[in-house]
Amino acid sequence: MLAEKALDLLRELQRTLDGSLPPYNEDGIRQILEEMKALFEQNQKDVSATVAGENGLFSGVQLRHSALERNKRCLLAYLYNRLEQIKKMRWEFGSVLPPEVKFNMCEQEVQWFSKYNKMLANYMRSIGGEGGLDLTQDLKPPKTLYIEVRCLMDHGEFETQDGNILLLKKNSQHFMLRSECEHLIRQGILEHIVH
Amino acid sequence: MADIDEIDGVSDEEVEALTAGEVLQKLEEAWLNEKFSPELLEAKTDLVDCMLEQVTEMEENIKRAKKGDFKVVLHRMEIDRIRYVLSSYLRCRLKKIERYTTHVLEQESNRKEEDVCHLSPEEFTFAKEYGTTMETHMKNLVLRHMPPNLQTMDFKQTTIRPNLDSYVFLRVIEDTDGVLVEEETLDTG
Repeated sequence: MLAEKALDLLRELQRTLDGSLPPYNEDGIRQILEEMKALFEQNQKDVSATVAGENGLFSGVQLRHSALERNKRCLLAYLYNRLEQIKKMRWEFGSVLPPEVKFNMCEQEVQWFSKYNKMLANYMRSIGGEGGLDLTQDLKPPKTLYIEVRCLMDHGEFETQDGNILLLKKNSQHFMLRSECEHLIRQGILEHIVH
Repeated sequence: MADIDEIDGVSDEEVEALTAGEVLQKLEEAWLNEKFSPELLEAKTDLVDCMLEQVTEMEENIKRAKKGDFKVVLHRMEIDRIRYVLSSYLRCRLKKIERYTTHVLEQESNRKEEDVCHLSPEEFTFAKEYGTTMETHMKNLVLRHMPPNLQTMDFKQTTIRPNLDSYVFLRVIEDTDGVLVEEETLDTG
């Protein structure tokens, strides 16, 4: 059936999208583009035949045109949703992506990611008069000033705002300023202990 | 917030003569409005700038204060809260700009001289760049391999527009007579 491959591509993306990015299905996209080329060439043939006087080809041309538009829409949707997922990872992981994620991105997606990084950094830096504001911090409303955290892995020494040096050893517990350890919690190095 | 004014010696803003407390209240109002509205509202850049200045000032004051002074804790909490409101406000706007990019840029270009901008200059640059990178990405990956009559992004078909018919919550601040609500949308009871 026409445009079936495009639907399969989208179904596969939807199935594997929770949590991480699935690998870029270069092959699937190529097949769909080939289908589009074939449909277009058939249409061209029919159009020139109609101009030459043959009748009854118009509905075929219309059908193929709709299939072409559907394929285009599916492809654009596939790319768009992958970009949305990559964007979500920027806000979760920061400006450096873990290698497993990068492995699943194609070359242009990696380039788009670095461009997005730059745009976002420029915008954040320009907020207010000087210095700017890092919008990827403070993602949750602050309940308390200090929080208790447990270290999930060795992370070496950490200097707090007051100048105290904490040794972040695995399973050690610390009482830190929420604003200082928020990004470490997100990276998975610290764990917030909720009583 | 009155305490903060006395402790820090914050003076009134030159342009609007608002206290720091009033600026924060207006910012919170703008934040709630932005969160509940389906479309991008006016850019309150002056509020954001003013509040950020206050935060920097407060941080300086904290550095000068004695260590172990209880005021420091209170100020730090206040700073955390203000920073959260600011970040959340700007993030909400950024999300809308990213989702409705072409729509937002279209509205800005159609806006007349006297109307207030809904995008700050930095947001405008971001919106334009974001739209361009998106389009170039699509072009390089698939559009240029497609048959010639399908190679452009048809923006009439592809722009996402905010749902202006979605329901919103309203809170009345002043008594106003004579506001007409359409019959079908009136919630009976």
